[in-house]
Amino acid sequence: MGEFNVHRVRFFNYVPSGIRCVAYNNQSNRLAVSRTDGTVEIYNLSANYFQEKFFPGHESRATEALCWAKGQRLFSAGLNGEIIEYDLQELTIKYAVDAFGGPIWSMAASPSGSQLLVGCEDGSVKLFQITPDRIQFERNFDRQKSRILSLSWHPAGTHVAAGSIDYISVFDAKSGSAVGKMLVDRQYMGVSRRKCIVWGVAFLSDGTVISADSAGKVQIWDSATRTLVKSHLVSNADVQSIAVSDQEDSFVVGTAEGTVFHFQLVPVTSSSSEKQWVRTKPFQHHTHDVRTVAHSPTALISGGTDTHLVIRPLMEKVEVKNYDAALRKITFPHRRLVSCAKKKQLLLFQFAHHLELWRLGSTVATGKNGDTLPLSKNADHLLHLKTKGPENIICSSISSCGGWIACSTASRFFLYRLNYEHDNISLQRVSKMPVFLRSALQILFSEDSTKLFVASNQGSLHVIRLLEGGFKHLHTFQPQSGTVQSMCLLAVSPDGNWLAASGSSAGVHVYNVKQLKLHCTVPAYDFPVTALAIAPNTNNLVIAHSDQQVFEYSIPDKQYTEWSRAVQKQGFHHLWLQRDTPITHISFHPKRPMHILLHDTYMFCLIDKSLPLPNDKTLLYNPLPPTNESDVIRRRTAHAFKISKKYKPLLFMDLLDEKTLVAVERPLDDIVAQLPPPIKKKKFGT
Amino acid sequence: MRKHHVRHVQYIFCVSGDFIKVYSTATEECVHILQGHRNLVTGIQLNPNNHLQLYSCSFDGTIKLWDYIDGILIKTFRVGCELHALFTLSCAEDSVFVTINKEKPDVFQLASVKLPKSSSQEIEAKELSFVLDYVNQSPKCIAFGNEGEYVAAVRDFYLSVYFFKKKTTTRFTLSSSRNKKHARNNFTCVACHPKEDCIATGHKDGKIRLWRNFDDEKKYTYTCLHWHHDLVMDLAFSVTGSSLLSGGRESVLVEWREAAEKNKEFLPRLGATIEHISVSPAGDLFCTSHSDNKITIIHRNLEASAVIQGLVKDRSIFTGLMIDPRTKALVLNGKPGHLQFYSLQNDKQLYNLDIIQQEYINDSGLIQIELTKAAFGCSGSWLATVEQRQEKETELELQMKLWMYNKKTQGFVLNTKVNMPHEDHITALCFCNAEKSENSTLVTASKDGHFKVWILTDDSDIYKKAVGWTCDFVGSYHKYQATHCCFSEDGSLLAVSFEEIVTIWDSETWELKCTFCQRAGKIRHLCFGRLTCSKYLLGVSENGILCCWNLLSCALEWSTKLNVRVMEPDPNSENIAAVAQSSMGSDLFVFKPSEPRPLYIQKNICREEVLWGVFVPRDVPESFTSEAYQWLNRSQFYFLTKSQSLLTFSTQSPEEKLTPTSKQLLAEESLPTTPFYFLLGKHRQQQQNDKLNEALENELVQLPLTENIPAISELLRTPAHVLPSASFLCSLFVNSLLLSQETKGAEENPDDVNMEEEKESDDSDEESNFTEKIQDINNTDLEEDVIHQLSKSEEKELKKFRKVDYSWIAAL
Repeated sequence: MGEFNVHRVRFFNYVPSGIRCVAYNNQSNRLAVSRTDGTVEIYNLSANYFQEKFFPGHESRATEALCWAKGQRLFSAGLNGEIIEYDLQELTIKYAVDAFGGPIWSMAASPSGSQLLVGCEDGSVKLFQITPDRIQFERNFDRQKSRILSLSWHPAGTHVAAGSIDYISVFDAKSGSAVGKMLVDRQYMGVSRRKCIVWGVAFLSDGTVISADSAGKVQIWDSATRTLVKSHLVSNADVQSIAVSDQEDSFVVGTAEGTVFHFQLVPVTSSSSEKQWVRTKPFQHHTHDVRTVAHSPTALISGGTDTHLVIRPLMEKVEVKNYDAALRKITFPHRRLVSCAKKKQLLLFQFAHHLELWRLGSTVATGKNGDTLPLSKNADHLLHLKTKGPENIICSSISSCGGWIACSTASRFFLYRLNYEHDNISLQRVSKMPVFLRSALQILFSEDSTKLFVASNQGSLHVIRLLEGGFKHLHTFQPQSGTVQSMCLLAVSPDGNWLAASGSSAGVHVYNVKQLKLHCTVPAYDFPVTALAIAPNTNNLVIAHSDQQVFEYSIPDKQYTEWSRAVQKQGFHHLWLQRDTPITHISFHPKRPMHILLHDTYMFCLIDKSLPLPNDKTLLYNPLPPTNESDVIRRRTAHAFKISKKYKPLLFMDLLDEKTLVAVERPLDDIVAQLPPPIKKKKFGT
Repeated sequence: MRKHHVRHVQYIFCVSGDFIKVYSTATEECVHILQGHRNLVTGIQLNPNNHLQLYSCSFDGTIKLWDYIDGILIKTFRVGCELHALFTLSCAEDSVFVTINKEKPDVFQLASVKLPKSSSQEIEAKELSFVLDYVNQSPKCIAFGNEGEYVAAVRDFYLSVYFFKKKTTTRFTLSSSRNKKHARNNFTCVACHPKEDCIATGHKDGKIRLWRNFDDEKKYTYTCLHWHHDLVMDLAFSVTGSSLLSGGRESVLVEWREAAEKNKEFLPRLGATIEHISVSPAGDLFCTSHSDNKITIIHRNLEASAVIQGLVKDRSIFTGLMIDPRTKALVLNGKPGHLQFYSLQNDKQLYNLDIIQQEYINDSGLIQIELTKAAFGCSGSWLATVEQRQEKETELELQMKLWMYNKKTQGFVLNTKVNMPHEDHITALCFCNAEKSENSTLVTASKDGHFKVWILTDDSDIYKKAVGWTCDFVGSYHKYQATHCCFSEDGSLLAVSFEEIVTIWDSETWELKCTFCQRAGKIRHLCFGRLTCSKYLLGVSENGILCCWNLLSCALEWSTKLNVRVMEPDPNSENIAAVAQSSMGSDLFVFKPSEPRPLYIQKNICREEVLWGVFVPRDVPESFTSEAYQWLNRSQFYFLTKSQSLLTFSTQSPEEKLTPTSKQLLAEESLPTTPFYFLLGKHRQQQQNDKLNEALENELVQLPLTENIPAISELLRTPAHVLPSASFLCSLFVNSLLLSQETKGAEENPDDVNMEEEKESDDSDEESNFTEKIQDINNTDLEEDVIHQLSKSEEKELKKFRKVDYSWIAAL
């Protein structure tokens, strides 16, 4: 594998924002996740839970509700009183409609998908008609006394249950009149004088209403008689969310103590047809409030303040023991937040509202393998660049010479010129950006820092020549034949001749930068691309997909390389294919063309193409470098994949030069330390 | 082992060794002892079709059906193989379920036994049909659910459910057992919901899992209830199934209402580990049995209503066996930090004396204060106790307490507390019990090389009159560790052993009189001879040498090689009992110090090591003429084995041995005035007379009585529904009347009775009016003929010969 000096960077103070809502779409098997900063992420559950799209957040747009309607349309509503529809193709916000009811706390799409219901602060429930391109206000339901925190449609669409403070109301969906009211007990097994907030309701097709409230109860009501059928006290704190499976045979609730409880409808005895709801398994995968839960056919999905998205498969629903049978915890975004200026040894960190530029420390000491070297010069925080406005930064980049920084929000594009004079840095914003450069999904500088490549959300690719103190727009590659497919990933060859770009689903396009034309398109593959890179000298394009497949495509030959074909023929090691975080970065050794370096969140791998591929019988993970073994055994057991799990969670790793690696880690404990304290629970033995 | 059931508020059954005891829940008194099994009873169940009957099974391979109201054995079903557990079902009328052992020692299977209908008393029941394989032998690990639709069995990491209708078995394996090396979620017990398809299982890590949908191996689901921090010992559902009871080492009974984790009630401080939980069929009572040999009866509202306490056996015995001179109770370690006073006569705990007086925290890692030594002095008016706690090698906490008996409160009151009486462990503690000595003296011997003499002094001040103990003399001998100490009977001499050397001190002047050294290893026990043999001193060394020194000649009288574990002098005679450990087991030798030949030898009294022994003086001296048993005339010898069985030597007592008919004299309260009434009424008077006689130590020759003829008494006391036909009884009845003259003759000469085989006893003469009976759990030589026993009268047995059997440990 070779020996490297590794810069182990732990000063990237990144804290993901907490998850507020999740919405599962059964048709496309996608999951929409909204965070407290307004970011909305789309995960493709079929493609290995890859985060394929995201909408940047906005300070004033705190999402409180998220739902899918009419199949593929995604709506969100928030405390600013607006209903927003997202454009999943262009990755922009289609429109925002004010509901005029104060902050919106809840939203539910009708079972047919044609109507949208929002619950507002002022106690009103508003019905909107979903038209093909907009939503249209239709009717107000009977106004309630206090805010509507939860809404649920009857699966037939005839009735609606709405959870408010201290009671649940049932509406007739046609007339909008309240037909029933169920009072929720404020206290249960203990004294609580506070109001009982009904955080979640679920309406089942047999007329049962299930409520989850702030007194820690999950209650089952009969909506016809408006009586309480059964009460389950599950928590000492609030039960904040509820989700029911499509078959209505199980539901899941999340509590403020971080526990997720699964309830199942089981027959009382095997012979009788009588069934009852029984609390079955508790899952404690969260440390903080579980703000939201979802129930996919095979898994329980939960998210909360502790920023993890947890997908817990239901073993009895999983047919084959594969991939889907494993518990997943997604914490970090599947995109790059760190960029690196190799020549100047600078790191650019992207936060929601600012950028940080750091210079790596250096050392003069040398040591053996595994030694920790003392720093002769500490890492420097050079720059703290705050963007104006409420919008989150979508992407950022630094040129490899360190002279240019570019970043983009949803509406503005920033380009800065940096000048280094000894220890002083001067920053100059390049003004007068062209109109078409309003927002970018991905920004990339060429290796020699003369060109800037910008992927915009309309699917076009802009090529800009950078000049001292200015720029010049060279060309715009338009998307193919009218398809609006925004490009998310870019890669440029070190010699600057080739540019590879990939969208969320279609294949990878390779452009010739010199001739400014499309060179070729790599055949499309079923799974989205998670990382792209072009090797120096050979100009081989290496593509990693979300199912952990890695392809090598020769750009000059317009075909897959021999090695890639061999890999496909033999197949990857089964343990490799079972890895559940996508490969987020690929890089190359400048002197060793046979080596490919890639990493995901939990491992770093060096693929040596000269060595034989591992088959399923060989050990994939070889933690110990063979030191005392004889060379024969070493050679026999050596295979192409050298994997190191020393650094995790790994956000970024790259080669600075032939002998130096930089690894950016973000320990989970550091994130937890920056979160608000969780609800204190007495733990036995402490 | 104690397992029990409650039946309509009135009776609670508990298994105690070979017996089943029937207690009244109202009075906590033992109403009946159902005897008849030849080996450990392993399971009891009420007859589901007749709630006045009880089934029991035993290692002896029989299932017996009892009428527990009258204490009568109705039927015996011979199965043949060892039965480990018994289950009954109301839907399976003519069959019961038993756990039997397969060829391999650790493989058990559940089988159903068809009980053939027959009028005879003894029936062969060989028709076994196999139900479930690979089950746990413990009855707690099998449960029947939903009126016998399925049976659930747990073992290790498996839960197996067998459905009788579908004849299928589903098996569930706990997932974490596969991937975690030290998973502690082994199953420990199982219970089935009475109304719903729900199985509750207890686990080693303290969790309770509630399984549902278990008829589908894929769709099954379970939920966890977790409160216990240590393994769940037993589980029981209430009759309606609305709540689940669980218990374990925390000694807290937990009631889970509606199987909800948040909705639970506790009954704490039950004293010791809960071993079994059972619920009365009416649902108004719960009952728990505890590892300290206790049964607690608990009301539905979780209030303990009664406690039935036997000899506490939870912990190791450090103090040895002592006799409280006042109450004649056996005194030994009881609950943690307590001394228990246990009445041998009534098999009942009299009271617990809290010595350490600290809250006991039950945790496996904690080093507790141990009560290590105790001694009574001055005819029971003083009690000395020593407690110690050693966390590390060098940190020893020692405390000696002296308790004075208070006549007003009838209890012991702490008088003097001595912190660190010695620098090291106290090895022996003895009072000077001579009658003539005017001041009380206590001697402690310690490993620190000293022995200390403590005397009672006046501790009065201006406020009150008081007495207290102070150290009077410290003696040592060449810095050797003092291993034992002992006063002579008259209190004039004190013998202290210092490792291999025995030193004799004058108790007046504390002068060293002489030393004996036999170079035979450290002295473990010392004792002076009594009465005529008071000139002898006996010592037992660790190398297995028993020495006897003559104090007049200061020379060794005799010595023998005998690996003596326990040496106890009889306070009422010259006899000394020694229990020696051999490879075969423990042997008893009774001898007088003056004669090197033992009076009596009993080989192999039990297989395990005997730890402690004691002579208990008899209230009424016996007059056994046989030479071999004369040593039992004045006192009775009790000994405690390593597994904490308290055993004794007893003469055969037919009354206790057998015949349920003879046991129910207490059952009838009022009898109708029938011709038989006069017979019985007379009998009753006679009975009372006997008791009187007994009290007056008056030995009357009993007149023969018709009701002593078993055929008649059986006729009278057997419930009509279990009686054979009248024609069958008639001849028996008439015959019995004819035979009554013969029994009279037998009555007058009561010596020809039990010709019990005695394995080693060479003097099995027909004239002996008693036989030696060693009650050993593994004893199989109990082949007395029941019919033969029936023909015996029992009046003479009212002299108290009790045989106390604590073989409950065997099944634990």
